[in-house]
Amino acid sequence: MAEDATRIATEARDRVRFEEEALALADQVYRVARHLSNSKEDAEELVQETYARAFRSWRSYTPGTNLRAWLLRILTNLNIDRGRRTQRAPQTQALEANDYYLYDKLSAEGEGGQPADEERVVERLSQDDIVNALAEVPHDFRDVIVLVDIGDFSYQDAAQILDIPIGTVMSRLHRGRRILKRELADSVLEDVT
Amino acid sequence: MTEAEKDPCAHCEEMMQPYLDHILTEAEVIEAEAHLDECDWCRRRYRFEESLRVYVRQAVSEPMPAELKQKLAALRIPLN
Repeated sequence: MAEDATRIATEARDRVRFEEEALALADQVYRVARHLSNSKEDAEELVQETYARAFRSWRSYTPGTNLRAWLLRILTNLNIDRGRRTQRAPQTQALEANDYYLYDKLSAEGEGGQPADEERVVERLSQDDIVNALAEVPHDFRDVIVLVDIGDFSYQDAAQILDIPIGTVMSRLHRGRRILKRELADSVLEDVT
Repeated sequence: MTEAEKDPCAHCEEMMQPYLDHILTEAEVIEAEAHLDECDWCRRRYRFEESLRVYVRQAVSEPMPAELKQKLAALRIPLN
């Protein structure tokens, strides 16, 4: 029947459009996935599983809504389901320091009492220092940092993706950044000794 | 004596993240900026935080492996 043919054609067109839009976001999805999981291998698997599921259940996506957040919602659920949210050091207590702590440590290591240029102070941290320190932040805090500070999601989107209240997103973000800075300060001190 | 009057720099430190996230009230922004205008010590630490955020984002941004992109494209459901 002609009506059926039209319907099928429309659906095929919508699905192709969905798949293309989803694939165009793959770089951004991977960037977030890389730090929600503990290794590149886990991240790659997770992204593949996410896309496989997204392509199967594309009808449950509402066109015009935030597709990146929709994909990340699938991804974080898969990540939790598969038990990949294992902490590297499960028993260690995350330590928070004050917000100024890292700058104080880094600037004290350098210039012999001279106030240092803030951008140069940052450069005392290596890329590895940062990647490793982020991996040491407990998942509940890290997830929020990764979504908001690295993935550029709004608090609202992060709250929906993680299925937690927006106030929790904000408090975990603030505490998580302090934990991250504490980890960074520790890593720099270890390098020195 | 309020907490801000007792230790204005500690109070300014408390306001740093919300200030940079743009979630302070107008009155709090004025308060933070008034302190930053006269306190080089805190100003440096705010500037450092801004640089740190940019630096962290750059440091953790790895490009997606090219093979992964191909694998994802291969997951598309073929048209019948």
